Amino acid sequence: MSTSKSKVYPDAESALRGIVKDGMTLCCGGFGLCGVPEKLIGALHDSGVRNLTVVSNNAGTDGAGLGLLLVSRQIRKMISSYVGENKEFERQYLAGELELEFSPQGTMAERVRAGGAGIHAFFTKTGAGTVVAEGKETRVVNGETYILETGIVTDVALVKAWKGDTEGNLIYRKTARNFNPNMATAGRITVAEVEELVEPGALHPDSIHTPGIYVQRIINGSPYDKKIEKLTVRKRTESSHAMVS
Amino acid sequence: MPWSREDLAARAAKELRDGFYVNLGIGIPTLVANYIAPGMKVVLQSENGMLGIGPFPFAGEEDPDLINAGKQTITELASSSYFSSADSFAMIRGGHIDMAILGAMEVAENGDLANWMVPGKMVKGMGGAMDLVAGVKRVIVVMEHTSKDGDPKFKVHCELPLTGANVVDMVITDLAVFSRPSRSESFKLIEIAPGVTAEQIRSKTPARYVG
Repeated sequence: MSTSKSKVYPDAESALRGIVKDGMTLCCGGFGLCGVPEKLIGALHDSGVRNLTVVSNNAGTDGAGLGLLLVSRQIRKMISSYVGENKEFERQYLAGELELEFSPQGTMAERVRAGGAGIHAFFTKTGAGTVVAEGKETRVVNGETYILETGIVTDVALVKAWKGDTEGNLIYRKTARNFNPNMATAGRITVAEVEELVEPGALHPDSIHTPGIYVQRIINGSPYDKKIEKLTVRKRTESSHAMVS
Repeated sequence: MPWSREDLAARAAKELRDGFYVNLGIGIPTLVANYIAPGMKVVLQSENGMLGIGPFPFAGEEDPDLINAGKQTITELASSSYFSSADSFAMIRGGHIDMAILGAMEVAENGDLANWMVPGKMVKGMGGAMDLVAGVKRVIVVMEHTSKDGDPKFKVHCELPLTGANVVDMVITDLAVFSRPSRSESFKLIEIAPGVTAEQIRSKTPARYVG
């Protein structure tokens, strides 16, 4: 196998070299701090690139996830559905230093999925009759109002998976999957970080969540110290069905 | 005596049916899971990409890769499945989820719902709420009848920015339950909390309803 064609990079910094630049657009996987490509975000931070437009469901927390790039003022605009866990975000937004576009979570997921699938716009009923519909084309079909939303494709996508092979095939774990498979399809260049990087054949072809065609670069990001935003447990005495926090 | 938070959760749980796929919002709606009738099978959906939410983990058994949409640690069941955010909202928007139980800031007599934004305050975002109310078959709101300042929340029109237009099927408050058979009909007062009078409800409810 020719080294020049390898998708495998030794670390996050080298995996971003030559593909990140000021003013670029970025898709980023993760939900809260779950399944966030934290090593690649760290390398993006260290690269010093600025004026980023970032498509991500959330904006991290103060100093973690995308919060790292907010503190360093590298993000110009966020496209997100929920940004409630981040004080620095709030400060920059209220001071007019940060642009924000809210997209309903399902609309955002579909915009990214559609963009990656070559669907440049679609009609959805989500947000009809709300501020989300303002300035957008609407159409009534069979008595129901739909609004036109556009697909999203970005310069780069950063995703986090559990296992990956050197061909870029990815498998996610539990709810750390979230936006990652969708974001992976929407980057002109997609960089994946995985906890375990294996040789082809080690992952069962039927088990692949993201086929390697979507992934141009991959790193082994381990070790990981995964963060929990809201640790919630139950007492041993409670019934097995108790859900109360 | 008005219904308590637990009473509200228990009342909302009475709307569940065997075999339902259900999405529960944050707050009182989350408590509904504690009141699923014994022997009834209800599958809980989490919009970050899971069907079959299990109970909270025992201390020390939490998994950072396993959280609900409120970012709380949870567990999986033998029947659970995981999927992407796009798949999650395909099942939500596509009408495959039977019921959503949500909180609200305001509900209007025509079924409009406002639960995501107060002008002048920092907006956190709508998350998946707009998709849920747009796509889920039946939407039940659980809320206090009045705000902390005593202002009615079930109104003629919503004054806050909407989450969805004409999307609410039932309103359960600490004072009463309002329901309507279809989204082209008016809400009807169907239950009153013990010790509360119909007149008291009327005086705290600008929304027009039957009964």
